Amino acid sequence: MMDLITSILTITLRAGTSLVYATIGETYTERAGILNLGLEGIMLMGAVSSFAVVYYSGSLALALLTAVAVGGLLSLIHAFLTVTMRANQVVSGLAITLFGTGFASFLGQRLGPASNGRYLVGLTGPRFAPVDPGALGRIPVLGAFLNQDLLTYGIYLLIPLAWFYLYRTRNGLWLRAVGENPRTADAMGVPVFRAKYIYTVLGGMLTALGGAHLSLAYTPGWSENITGGRGWIVIALVIFSMWNPARAITGALIFGGINAVQFRLQASGTNIPAGFLNMLPYIATIVVLVAITWWETLSKRIGAPASLGTSYMREDK
Amino acid sequence: MDASEPKVPLVEMRGIRKSFPGVTACDGVDLRLGRGEVLALLGENGAGKSTLMNVLAGLYRPDEGEIRIGGKPVEIRSPRDSAAHGVGMVHQNFMLVDTMTVAENVVLGMAGLPLVPDMAEVKRSVLELAEKYGLRVDPDAYVWQLSVGEQQRVEILKQLYRKAEILVLDEPTAVLTPQESEELNVVVQRMKAEGKSAVFITHKMEEVMTFSDRVMVLRKGKVVVEKVTSETSPRDLAKLMVGREVLFRVEKKSFEPGAVILELKDVRALDDRGLPALRDLSLKVRAGEILGIAGVAGNGQRELSEVITGLRPVSSGGISINCVETTNKTPLEIIRSGVSHIPQDRIAVGAVGDMSVASNLAMKGYRDAPISRGVLLLPRRILDLARRMIESFRIATPSPETRVKFLSGGNIQKTILAREIESCRSLLVAVYPSRGLDIGATEAVRKELVAQRDAGMAVLLVSEDIEELLSVADTVLVLYEGRAMGTFPSAEADPEELGLLMAGVERKETVS
Repeated sequence: MMDLITSILTITLRAGTSLVYATIGETYTERAGILNLGLEGIMLMGAVSSFAVVYYSGSLALALLTAVAVGGLLSLIHAFLTVTMRANQVVSGLAITLFGTGFASFLGQRLGPASNGRYLVGLTGPRFAPVDPGALGRIPVLGAFLNQDLLTYGIYLLIPLAWFYLYRTRNGLWLRAVGENPRTADAMGVPVFRAKYIYTVLGGMLTALGGAHLSLAYTPGWSENITGGRGWIVIALVIFSMWNPARAITGALIFGGINAVQFRLQASGTNIPAGFLNMLPYIATIVVLVAITWWETLSKRIGAPASLGTSYMREDK
Repeated sequence: MDASEPKVPLVEMRGIRKSFPGVTACDGVDLRLGRGEVLALLGENGAGKSTLMNVLAGLYRPDEGEIRIGGKPVEIRSPRDSAAHGVGMVHQNFMLVDTMTVAENVVLGMAGLPLVPDMAEVKRSVLELAEKYGLRVDPDAYVWQLSVGEQQRVEILKQLYRKAEILVLDEPTAVLTPQESEELNVVVQRMKAEGKSAVFITHKMEEVMTFSDRVMVLRKGKVVVEKVTSETSPRDLAKLMVGREVLFRVEKKSFEPGAVILELKDVRALDDRGLPALRDLSLKVRAGEILGIAGVAGNGQRELSEVITGLRPVSSGGISINCVETTNKTPLEIIRSGVSHIPQDRIAVGAVGDMSVASNLAMKGYRDAPISRGVLLLPRRILDLARRMIESFRIATPSPETRVKFLSGGNIQKTILAREIESCRSLLVAVYPSRGLDIGATEAVRKELVAQRDAGMAVLLVSEDIEELLSVADTVLVLYEGRAMGTFPSAEADPEELGLLMAGVERKETVS
């Protein structure tokens, strides 16, 4: 039994890692009042660009840097459109997802070696393999946390850091104020526009790292739609975690956990059709989203940053 | 008087000009403020007072003009620059983040705050300052939990904490009880004694007299006059502000109430947060009577108007209009029983900003002839009707097709007033109808309310202006935390006592 729990937890963490990066990234972006629906596209671009780089250069570090740069660039476009040009955030985000999805697919068919018909699909390259924790890895439950790749280790650091930054530092205070009430933040001397840019770009970078985890560790290699809609799931997870980075882990664990259980069931040769099992994580997302929204309404807690989705200009009346 | 003619003024603004699309808010304004001086900026809405101060606070950049602080020219590009020069502004709509604590709000955006602030230390200093100036407030409380008066204390504490030398207060007493205003005056005088200066924006004459050393009157973006306060009088100032004689009293017929139109019996209702907002409230309004509801904002006034007009459910008790039960009926049913409503929030509830004046005027009668036939609207008739109403209510609009949001606050209010009065058959519920309006528009609104009363309607008037209540209403009811603290004929009511009741202090007899 302990073994089963440990093994499910291991897969859960592995499946949840990319979600944690993206959820924390989007949490920060939304805390600055910017809704970025481009996550799916940014994740795919992060996945394809990092795999292409690792395939040719062999350097995982360079691959991560590439993903971060690509994610930063795509979200910089979003920031420019929504903060400076004051475009509708939903439209801009959807455009980035459409672009990212299409362009990632295109790159996947063009960046590969001639021997593979220029395709990236089906190739293997260096990957983030689980580290070997030695005897510690055999300890039940704890082992599940240690038997992971470096990017998953990264979330152990990222979650508390992201929480501390948001709730205990001056910049975190600014960030919360910007999303909640940009006019007040501005009047009190917080650099509102700079903050909106910084956290939108930072969010995109973390999201792309999440994408890179998919192609460099979780399912190493590139395949079409490698994200399986995780970019959309993250939008729900941010709501589920009530815009608190510390809770990003729970959402990721639930979604990743159902994913893990579903894999176990499929591997055990159950009668339940595979299609139905594949559907489970998404159904769970919808159920959880409805439940949490219902709960928030009942408890009169509206967790969303009040200015989310709106643009701000100082001299507007 | 020494303070009125300082040699090197602490703040000097020269030739400030600022235009917004379509209006020149400030048209070459000069302002001087001495050290330890309280300057009142008096003017009607749209006179440019707030704009001028927003320029000083760094929220607006002037098109032209120069600002000197301590004799040196300074460039103020942002609120941050302004704070660096010691300017702290308490805005009319408070600049507080509701979901943060008092302490967090106090340090928000402050220059020189360490990356990881020591919040325990901040709280200690906030408490110390609060003690020193008599501004009691809990540093751990969330802003949304505070009353409006407490929120203002936080605003002032915030500026004190930042060591502001020049405090700008934009209509600070609009939301306060008379007692709270008096407390504010004490704080301002103490700051003055410490050598700090203040600019005080207002359109209330009495406050100019009690708070300020010097007064500057603005009209249409220009300085009309600058005087030492003690050498002027409220009547003079009012005349200068409006540009003509002002009637402080409203003419009305003698009070002859008729049948009861609106009756509330033990009504309870919840506010948006699910907390009790009305607690066993009973009241009656008769035909030909204006019942004034006095109270500090947030004591159930909004909820009261909403339960009457069907916008908020009643959890227990009953409401009847013209002896017909209307408890928890839909707004349409209540409108059909002859009720009109001038809501608190003009833009969100009273009008649709992006629709034309004509459409807004037609918004209540659109179902019926003459402006519709079956499911079809008759645009030409709507325009005709709009033109007639625009003329009779003197709504200043370029055309009936202008979008409402481009009108001034006073004209938006007149648009709503026109529509509601036109459709009023028995009861008019008016919530803060003159809030934020200048003297001219306020006069027009009050006259209309009285005209409705004289025509035999019942009027429920919610107001925070005691003077307005005493001059317009026939009967005054004081609302405190959703309870009726007492009902008086306005002719016999004593403003002092009303103020105490509004602050929740029981009637004098029971206290002594």
